Amino acid sequence: MTRYFTDEHEWIDVDGDSATVGITDYAQGQLGDIVFVETPDAGKSLTKGGDAAVVESVKAASDVYAPVSGTVTEGNPALADDPALVNSDPEGEGWFFKLMLADPSELDGLMDAAAYKAFVAGL
Amino acid sequence: MSDTNEIEESTTDAPLALPLDAWHRARGARMVAFAGYVMPIQYDGIMAEHLWTRESAGLFDVSHMGQLILSGEGVDAALETLVPGDIAALAEGKQRYSLLLSEDGGILDDLMITRAPMGLYVVVNGAVKWDDIAHLREHLPDEINISHLEDRALLALQGPKAVDALKRIVPGVDTLFFMEAGSFFWGLEPLWISRSGYTGEDGFEISIPAEHVAEFADLLCAQPEVKPIGLGARDSLRLEAGLPLYGHDLDPATDPIEGDLSFAISKRRRTEGGFPGSGRILKALANGAARKRVGLLIEGKMPVREGALLFAGADVVGEVTSGGFAPTVNAPIAMGFVAAPHSASGTNLEAEVRGKRVPVTVTTLPFVPHHYHRKGAAQ
Repeated sequence: MTRYFTDEHEWIDVDGDSATVGITDYAQGQLGDIVFVETPDAGKSLTKGGDAAVVESVKAASDVYAPVSGTVTEGNPALADDPALVNSDPEGEGWFFKLMLADPSELDGLMDAAAYKAFVAGL
Repeated sequence: MSDTNEIEESTTDAPLALPLDAWHRARGARMVAFAGYVMPIQYDGIMAEHLWTRESAGLFDVSHMGQLILSGEGVDAALETLVPGDIAALAEGKQRYSLLLSEDGGILDDLMITRAPMGLYVVVNGAVKWDDIAHLREHLPDEINISHLEDRALLALQGPKAVDALKRIVPGVDTLFFMEAGSFFWGLEPLWISRSGYTGEDGFEISIPAEHVAEFADLLCAQPEVKPIGLGARDSLRLEAGLPLYGHDLDPATDPIEGDLSFAISKRRRTEGGFPGSGRILKALANGAARKRVGLLIEGKMPVREGALLFAGADVVGEVTSGGFAPTVNAPIAMGFVAAPHSASGTNLEAEVRGKRVPVTVTTLPFVPHHYHRKGAAQ
């Protein structure tokens, strides 16, 4: 399994042609207390760069864009009852959705962990 | 990710630093632009800061607000031509919430007016303070002096334990009741302190020379009851307390009756009139306004925020003007304006968020009971 990162502060775990998407620890820190997450329903078709999910902190709603194109297989059901999982375990239990990749070549050009760490350090 | 409903209100000019800028940064605050200034939005997190204020005491830097002294012969009568409050009846050390009204009765700002020894001490909102000063200068006679206290900072200490912390540093402040103010000494330094605030809790607002504010803020935060609190929690606290935020819940297109602020039209002024828009406003006071500011309880967990339209069936009957997650209520809440026929408490409506309808119920404000230290109330 390989983990990629985007400059929109999402992570993507890829295993074959299936992937799991969430937001990074840096992103949850910037957002603050998460009170609501709207995840996409299974079967929804996502286009790279298009709206995929919405994450709401006490003060604001933020869009989460699809880091790659694909078809959603599952939204994280645990976030409905416990949206704070995104704060406590953003890169684990606080995942947002899973999808089947439409075009694995879209992963080219995404960052690995070291590149993302350097990217965040430069912000 | 991108914020679609950010609290930031950037102006075209670069935001200015306030006297406590370095103090906030040293305490780990995240700074944002608000009302033309760089201000702390949070330290530990909005949820924790909100709950701390409700159970203990929170220190807020509100130095962006405008502090004015109006003085001169006939200042009461002159100011009464611009606001609907009874200023003449304001005794020394008494404070009143009032409204700066446009010619047609729209709200230009909401403000606090206190009778101080030097004149009328007025605190106005930061985002519109320059417009307010220009409006006052244009409409008050030349013999009325307007002094803008730009060399003073303003702190708010709010919460049930605010009195315990502050009286240890400034003896005697516990003698004040809600909406009273006076001069108190911190060592040799005189401070102007009122028992008021904008969180719904007991608390104080402290006007202090900018050169001393960092030392004073350090001293307050050394008290076990006190932590610094950012703008984020200030917003969620005032929303739970049902208090309108100027520029969001109130604006020049809204009159005081629509804004559910008829308490700000003093009794004498109701019979005498003589304030801007008094014809329209007194008529609305007698007959009711076409729309009204109300509270909204939201079904489920999804926040309903500013700008969401409110529906009764297919008809748009109102709009949300403030909304978010309420930490003390532990649910999303909102405030908005709805057409009078739909404004009764208990009315079921729907809000539209990202194309989806969410059931909401009109409710009376506040969402969390006020805990003011009122004179004559059971202690």
